[in-house]
Amino acid sequence: MAKPLIRFEGVHFRYNPGTEREWAALQGIDLDIYPGEFVAVLGHNGSGKSTLAKHCNALLVPSSGRVLVDGLDTKDDAAVWQIRQTIGMVFQNPDNQLVATTVEEDVAFGPENLGIPSKEIQARVDEALRAVGMEAYRLHSPHQLSGGQKQRVAIAGMISMRPRCIVLDEPTAMLDPEGRREVMHTIHRLNETEKITIVHITHHMDEVINADRVVIMTDGKIALQGTPKDVFSNVELLRSLHLDVPQVTALSHRLRSRGLNLPDGIITVDELVECLCQS
Amino acid sequence: MPIVVERVSHIYMEGTPMAKVALRDVSLTIEDGEFVGLIGHTGSGKSTLVQHFNGLLMPTSGRVYVDGVDLTDKHTSLRAIRQKVGMVFQYPEHQLFGETVFEDVAFGPRNAGLEEREVEARVKEALEMVGLDYSALKDHSPFELSGGQKRRVAIAGVLAMKPAVLILDEPTAGLDPEGSADILSKIQALHGAGKVTVIMVTHSMEDVARMSTRLVVMEQGGIVFDGAPREVFTQVELLKEMGLGVPQVTELMHELKGKGLPVQTNILTLEEAEAELVRVLELKRHGTV
Amino acid sequence: MALFKNITIGQYIPGNSAIHRLDPRTKIIGTVLLIVLLFMVDSFLGYALAAVAIFGIVQLSEIPWRIILRGLRPLFVILLLTVSLHLFMTEGTPIFRIWFIEVTWEGLFRGVMMGVRLALLVMGTSLLTLTTSPINLTDGIESLLKPGKRIGVPAHELAMMMTIALRFIPTLLEEAEKIMKAQMARGADFQSGGLMQRAKSLIPLLVPLFVNAFRRADDLAIAMEARGYRGGEGRTKFKELHFGQADAIALGVSIAFVVLVGVLF
Repeated sequence: MAKPLIRFEGVHFRYNPGTEREWAALQGIDLDIYPGEFVAVLGHNGSGKSTLAKHCNALLVPSSGRVLVDGLDTKDDAAVWQIRQTIGMVFQNPDNQLVATTVEEDVAFGPENLGIPSKEIQARVDEALRAVGMEAYRLHSPHQLSGGQKQRVAIAGMISMRPRCIVLDEPTAMLDPEGRREVMHTIHRLNETEKITIVHITHHMDEVINADRVVIMTDGKIALQGTPKDVFSNVELLRSLHLDVPQVTALSHRLRSRGLNLPDGIITVDELVECLCQS
Repeated sequence: MPIVVERVSHIYMEGTPMAKVALRDVSLTIEDGEFVGLIGHTGSGKSTLVQHFNGLLMPTSGRVYVDGVDLTDKHTSLRAIRQKVGMVFQYPEHQLFGETVFEDVAFGPRNAGLEEREVEARVKEALEMVGLDYSALKDHSPFELSGGQKRRVAIAGVLAMKPAVLILDEPTAGLDPEGSADILSKIQALHGAGKVTVIMVTHSMEDVARMSTRLVVMEQGGIVFDGAPREVFTQVELLKEMGLGVPQVTELMHELKGKGLPVQTNILTLEEAEAELVRVLELKRHGTV
Repeated sequence: MALFKNITIGQYIPGNSAIHRLDPRTKIIGTVLLIVLLFMVDSFLGYALAAVAIFGIVQLSEIPWRIILRGLRPLFVILLLTVSLHLFMTEGTPIFRIWFIEVTWEGLFRGVMMGVRLALLVMGTSLLTLTTSPINLTDGIESLLKPGKRIGVPAHELAMMMTIALRFIPTLLEEAEKIMKAQMARGADFQSGGLMQRAKSLIPLLVPLFVNAFRRADDLAIAMEARGYRGGEGRTKFKELHFGQADAIALGVSIAFVVLVGVLF
């Protein structure tokens, strides 16, 4: 197997160490993310998933253990610059991450920071806006856009820095269903056509069913990981972690317990329809 | 406290080049005790509509009556109406301001001019209704609480006015499944106790199917469906066309029927789907189908 | 957004006129020159010439007159106050007298002059924002302030602050409106009562607004860091400013005009 792009080795992280409000957010994370993967991280609030995300590009560094990005240790100050170019990051609140007053200026913000020559920035902005389907809005101001569109601009702002991986920290939590669809469609497309590695943090279980791998977090630890099918076969475990499963998965589980012969890990309507029609 | 909306249109920034029609000739009556789920895309006019129910917005044309009182009448006291028609905005925790949880929740009752003893009783009751411990939390700063707790304090701030109608604009937005389920169960309990009429704006078809007695679907400033969820969700194709969708189990039954399985399609919840599938598959096994 | 629809100050009207195409630095210097000029001249002819120049620029900019005049509306009260102050307070040859109020020829002259000066000032400066996008404006200011860096003028930081302010003003206005509505839904009253009471009634609006603004600032700082921001050092520009022939001509004409009119009238 290829070398991991991001590697967590025994990572612990404590907020406010040594104070009354000390809180161990990560408690021994071992995780490898490989180039080209689409990894979804699922967990409820306080499970440590956002803390995990912020470790991927050195916004936070481990209290103990280490995180390696393309072989570089995030604790190494000299490497931070390189790491942030390798791993892009999109955040939850679409309003609070756009800096400039127009879409194109915002997408240019990253490359400007990198010191890219003006001519090339223009090419990168074009390319990035095309990649998220926002070319038509280049002169719009951010407040004229819908939540989903703002998130696509934020993603374009990352693509223009040409990262190898984009980590999205609950990018859909504040969006309506339409916005969520837009964002999910965009990141899947980037993963497939541009081969950008995606780490998608969410608490919406329906957003993880098309991922290559699902990582379930609880209390700062990885509770379970595997393909969506594998993970959703553990309906009882997920319930005990206060996580939802898709309605059809729950239904299949109930029908199985009533003696119906259905396979494990049904996650879409079509799958269940097919199985029921055969039985 | 019925709410009657009579041929209401609303135009934002009327008379400017930016004018935008948000509601077109909407008529609607909400009776006591209903649990209305209001569904539609962002920009379909649902938030604009609910803001007419307590006079935060005035219709460009048409009339709104709350308990027979015409809100468009200049002499109507909107402050009195707002005590009766409570409204919880989206992300209500972003509107917290009190130094303590108590102060924040007491804001509404105090504005209503209640005596301090009554205010205290109201605050206590409201916090308990949302499942927060009054004595443990009342002196805390609301800004130190967790996200889910903040949301509940903010909702308590509206409940403390003892409204007869409770409007909630996406009360679970941004919460994780556990937090959402928690808030929704509190809302359902409130409605179940028979004390309030609930109007809930939401994007979740599953929640509406499970909780509401009536479903109103809006699109482009008008009402396109209005009826019991069971009726409305039979329009699977149309709803999907509008990009709204139906609960997954409803969709499943619809698809199965399409494949020739003799299932009922007016299924709304997991439990119903389970029962129906067991019934049909039993029949099939016995060779009756 | 009904509450804030009247805010037009600093509005930009996109276009492609000769004025729009000028380098923002040219326009900023031009505006400064105009301000200087308006404070230098002290004769009717001087004002007339300045007015002609501004009218000419408005024509060139292709901005509709009603938009220019709309910019004067919020200043109407100040304008009226200025004119009447001069009208009634200047001593000289009386025109007429009502009770103790005396209107003099000198007062009339001064009043009208001050009114015209103020109106021209506002029209001239609003022309700058009407024809220059906020980005160009901040870029221009940053570029003009750059020489001051050596003596400690934080040119880039100021420009960045302006950009972020411009970016978040609409967001904060929207948020303010939403909070206001939410508090009104709980019986808040922002309109009635005395000054103290009204100031107090603003607490439920201002506290959440500030709390949220700080939260946004935090988020934004992290987002900027994640996007490789580390100050102005080593940064390049997406769109570089270009001082061309048209700018040289415009600037030359402006300077000549200001010197001539300013000195002669």
